[in-house]
Amino acid sequence: MFRRSGGQCVATFAHDEVRVLRKVAAEVVGLLTDGMDHTDPVVSRLFPDIYPERPEDSQEFRLYTEGDLKTSKIDQAGAILAALPDEGEGEVRLDGEAAEAWLRAINDARLAMGTRLEIQADTDLGEELDNAVLEDPGSSRVFQLSVYAYLGYLQESLLNALPEIR
Amino acid sequence: MALPQVVPVETPEIEEVPAGDRPWVTIVWDDPVNLMSYVTWVFQKLFGYSKEKAERLMMDVHTKGKAVVSTGARERMEMDANQLHGYGLWATVDRS
Repeated sequence: MFRRSGGQCVATFAHDEVRVLRKVAAEVVGLLTDGMDHTDPVVSRLFPDIYPERPEDSQEFRLYTEGDLKTSKIDQAGAILAALPDEGEGEVRLDGEAAEAWLRAINDARLAMGTRLEIQADTDLGEELDNAVLEDPGSSRVFQLSVYAYLGYLQESLLNALPEIR
Repeated sequence: MALPQVVPVETPEIEEVPAGDRPWVTIVWDDPVNLMSYVTWVFQKLFGYSKEKAERLMMDVHTKGKAVVSTGARERMEMDANQLHGYGLWATVDRS
C-alpha cells in the first residue's frame, strides 16, 4: 500500500503484487488495443455515450475523441508497467504526475473487473468472496474478486498518500 | 449529510433566450465501482472545486444517482465529459 514519503507516493510491493499489477495493467492495454468491441459492456463503461438519448450525436462525438481517449488510457496503464520492477519484489516511487496516471489506470482496471464481476451498488464484497470461496476456492472468480478488492485498497491508499488539494 | 447542490439558476429570462444559446450541463452518474474518495478527488482536480463542494457533488451523485457538475457552452461541456471519461467517471451532456 502507498504512503507519502519525501514529497512522493511510495509503496513496496511483494513478488505476487508485482505480478498481479503487471497482469492487470497488461489486460487493460490488451482490451484497448485489440480492436475494441463496443457491444462489450466493459468497453461501453470505459467509453460511455456522451448523449445517451441521441446515438448519432454520441457517435459523431466519439469519432473525434475516442482515439485520444484510448491513447491516454493506454498511456496511463503503461505508467503502471513502467514504474513496477520487471519481476520480483520492489519499491515504487511516484511523483505527482505518475501518481495521477496510476490512480486513473487503477480505476480503469477496477471498472473493467467490476463490470465483468457484475458488481452492484449493494454488493458486499466480503460476502461475495466468502460465497465464491465456499463454492470453489481455486476458481477464477475468487481470484478476480480478491484482485478487485486489492485494487480498491491500493487506490484508496494512493489517494491518501497524495498531498491534499487545498 | 450536505444539502443538495443547487442547480444553475434559471431565471424567468430563460424564456427570452433562444434555445441554441441556452447553457448545457455535464452530468455525472452514480456507478457501483468508483470510490467516493476518488470521485471527490477528480472533481477537485479537474474543476478546481473546493473539497467541500467536491464532496457535496460526490454525495449528490451517490445518493441521488446523478449530479450536474458543470454548466456552460455545449463544446465546453463535451470537453468536460470527455475528460471525466478519461478519469473513468460516467458523464453525459444535456441541455440545462
